[in-house]
Parts: sequence; C-alpha cells; structure tokens
Amino acid sequence: MDFYLTALLQGLCFSAIALGIYISMKIFNIPDITTDGSYTLGGVVTAKLLMHGQPVYMILPTVILAGALAGALTGLIHTKLKINALLAGILVMTALYSVNLTLMGRSNIPLNSISTLFSLINIAADPNHNTFWILLVFVAVVTLIIGYLLKTDFGIAMRATGNSESMIRSLGVNTDRMKITGLALANALTALSGFLITQFQGFADINMGIGIVIVGLGSVIIAETLINWLRITSVWLSLVLVLSGAVIFQLVLAITLSIGVDANLLKLVTAVFVLLIVSLPRLSFKSSL
Amino acid sequence: MIELKKVHKTFNRGKANQVDAINGVDLNVNEKEFLVIVGSNGSGKTTLLNLVAGSVLPSSGSIHIDENEVTKLPDYRRSQWIARVFQNPLSGTAPDLSILDNFRLAAIRTKAKGLSVGVDDQFKKLVKEKIASLGMGLENKTEQPMGTLSGGQRQALTLLMSVMDSCKLLLLDEPTAALDPRSAELVMKTADKLIKDFELTAILVTHNLKDAFHYGNRIILMAEGKIVKDLDEVQKTAIKQNDLFAWFG
Repeated sequence: MDFYLTALLQGLCFSAIALGIYISMKIFNIPDITTDGSYTLGGVVTAKLLMHGQPVYMILPTVILAGALAGALTGLIHTKLKINALLAGILVMTALYSVNLTLMGRSNIPLNSISTLFSLINIAADPNHNTFWILLVFVAVVTLIIGYLLKTDFGIAMRATGNSESMIRSLGVNTDRMKITGLALANALTALSGFLITQFQGFADINMGIGIVIVGLGSVIIAETLINWLRITSVWLSLVLVLSGAVIFQLVLAITLSIGVDANLLKLVTAVFVLLIVSLPRLSFKSSL
Repeated sequence: MIELKKVHKTFNRGKANQVDAINGVDLNVNEKEFLVIVGSNGSGKTTLLNLVAGSVLPSSGSIHIDENEVTKLPDYRRSQWIARVFQNPLSGTAPDLSILDNFRLAAIRTKAKGLSVGVDDQFKKLVKEKIASLGMGLENKTEQPMGTLSGGQRQALTLLMSVMDSCKLLLLDEPTAALDPRSAELVMKTADKLIKDFELTAILVTHNLKDAFHYGNRIILMAEGKIVKDLDEVQKTAIKQNDLFAWFG
C-alpha cells in the first residue's frame, strides 16, 4: 500500500509540471522543452539554498523566479529572434545543464537531516501522511491561483493568444509579450515541481530532469483525453483533470513496476504508455467507422 | 480621420520574387465615411487595408489616424481606434473560447487586460441583450465555444464584438467571401446597420460588386498598387451597377 501512496505523492509533486505543460502546450500551443532544464533548476536551487540554511518561505519565491527566468528566456528567443519554439527550448535546456552543474558544484546534493517543507508542519503522525496533506494543500493553492488567473481578463487574453493570434492582436494584445509571460509562468510551475520532488526524495541530482517533459506531457494527454471524452469546457474541471492526469500517470508507472517489469525499462514503458494514450482514442474511433 | 501619404509597400525587396504591392498611394478618409475598395486579385486592396490596420508596416510614406502618426505602430497598438472583421471567420474569433469570453476581450479592446474577473452577471446580461438584437437566436448559447457556430454566425458576432468597446474605424476585409449568399446578405446588412447606428468610419474591401454598389458612400478602384478611380458620394449614387462591372471589363 505504501508503494501506491508514494506514487500518489509523486503524482502530486508532478502536478505542477503538468499544469506548466498544460499552459505551454494546450493554452499557448507551444511545445516547450525548456522543462527538463527548469525542473532541474528548481531542484538545484532548492537543494543549494536548503544546504545554506535558508528558510523554505525564502526558497519558494526564488525557485519560482528562477523557473520564470528560464521560461522567459525561451520566450524571448522564440518571439524576438523568431526561432522555432522547439529549438529555442532545446537551446535553453542545454544551456541550463551547465548552469545547474555550476550551481551545484557537483552532480548530486543529498539533503540528509536537513529540515524541508515536509518536516516544517506536523499534521499527521505518519511522515507519508504528513507529506500527503502538505502536498495536497500546496497543490490546491497553486491550482486555485492558476484557475483564478485563467478566469481573469488577462487569462482570457492568454487563452486567446494560443487560439487565434490574429484576433487577439486586433483586440490590442501584444502576443510576443503574452507568449514570453506564458512560458515564464509554465516554467515557474515546472521549477515548483523540482522544488517539491527534491524535498520529497531528499536530494537533487543533475540528471533528475532527463525526460521529465514526458511526465508532464503524459499527464496532460491523459487529461485531454478525459476532457474530450467528457466534453468538458469548464476551466476548473480541466485543471482538476490535469492534476488527476499527473497522479494517474504515476500510479500506472507504479503498477508497471509492481508487476515485475525491470526498472531499467521504466522510460521505455513510459514512452509506450504515452503513445498508447495518444493513439487509443484514434484507434477506437477508426474501428467504429 | 485616416490619412495616407505617398505610401509604398514592397515585399521581398531585392529578391527575384519582389512584389510592389502598394505604389505610392495618397488617400484621405473622412470621419463617418463608408469607403468601399474594389479591384482584381493582386491589386493591393487587402495590403492597403492591412497597412491601415498595422499588420503590415509601410516601406515608405506616412499614415495618420485621427491626427496621430501611426506609421510604425504595430496592429495591437492601433486597436484603440480600429476594430476588424477578417475574411476568414476563424481569424476574428477564438474558436475554443466561449462566446462570452470572446465578447469580454472585445469589450476591453482599448483597455488593459488586467487581473480581475470581468465576466460577471452584469456582463453576461449585457452580452445576451446585444446578441438578442441580432435576432439569430444565439442569446442562449453564450456559454458555448465560438467554434460550434457557423461561419455566418461568427462573422455576425464579430461585427457585434467590434462595437462592444469604443470604435472609430471599422475595417471589413471581404467579410462575406467565405459565406453562403443568405448569410452574406445578413452580415452585410448587420454591418451597414452598425455603421449607421454608431456613426462609424468604415472601409470595406470586397469582390462582390453588388455589395460595392449597394453599400458605402465612396468607392475606389485599385489596380497594380495604385488608386485608379475614386468616386465620392454624389458620383457613386449616379453610377449604375453595370458601370462597376465595366471597370473590370
């Protein structure tokens, strides 16, 4: 049972990344690969500052800012230099690897016996339950903020930017600035996942971000399948489904491991799983014709 | 209201596929004038409209709107004066957003898009009333995504959206080109009514000579990036529809 609880906790940690990918991919229609770098950046900044005895309430805004900077950089390269978004993201991600390594000074920072977000408050006796409640509140607050933001005039303009650029420009929105802001927001959320995971697993590692974009992507695609299937138009429900997507994704991976699949094959299984979710609706649609 | 002086626009300058889309156009459009622009394909009429809107910037010359120099001003900053209806019904609206959200954005075209929720009960009521005035039975569908409507319905709503916020100049770029004859007529009638009711200055680019004949109080013919004919209100009422067809003979 603990095994699945851990998966649930990881899913909650990854829900910020899922929200980030939802914003960049679904709202702005931009495939953003900066994710791998900004996630690690979030983790690295967290570990480094924790080691220096900084309090969590100081670390949190720093992580958000660091992630936002990385995203804004991708946005600037994409909009101002007119470079393909995919390439812009890859460039920033590659550069971030060196930045992260320089910040860390070595390839791994363990956080043994350092107090983290999860040891800050004691609600439940069992440490896992305690983590669960803290994560749940944290994720709920983040979701509320994003949900509210998407409902505001600014949020509507943001959603329209990815949907009909000619329209939103004629309605007075600087789409370049909007895309830069959106990518900053998406990567700030991604860095938040790095912040959570680093404290949850108790270390930051230079390679923790490799392939992490697929986790966000998979979560969003699960959510999207459900959104289309249930014909959901509400912003709030969509966000809740994105969170569920992140948890479902981790649970499926946990189940895969528990039935005895070699852990070395985990990334392969992940890729196949994402492929399955993407293709299943199309396959079943074809056979019904 | 609008003043274009010696405006030139060249695409791909110096390359083999260089196009001189606009070749020294001088044009004054007065307040409350409803100008119709006709011309064959490639005559530069859409480029001219885009130059006024700001989605294309001129190679040389100057553009003034309401006595403000806007020559280098991008489209999203000219939205304080200009509302647009595009040829493609998909371009003027956001298909995945609800009708309400589309109207909300249109209602703050000239204002900043801030961090407050603007779609409240009062706004919903206002949009319903406005849409009901179209008589298309869309007033109870305001929560639906814009994309679920037909092209004609979307063009009509785009027109309505353009007067949700203060609007001095309405640009209509072949608004009925993608529509069936009935929807096209409805959209043109709606446009004409709004232009009269709100005393708008308007520019209509069209290939439909019947529309060009029926609507507007000034007409210009463009060819090879130049204005070759310019008829004011008196002259326009004097000509017959067949004369227009003869222009393209």
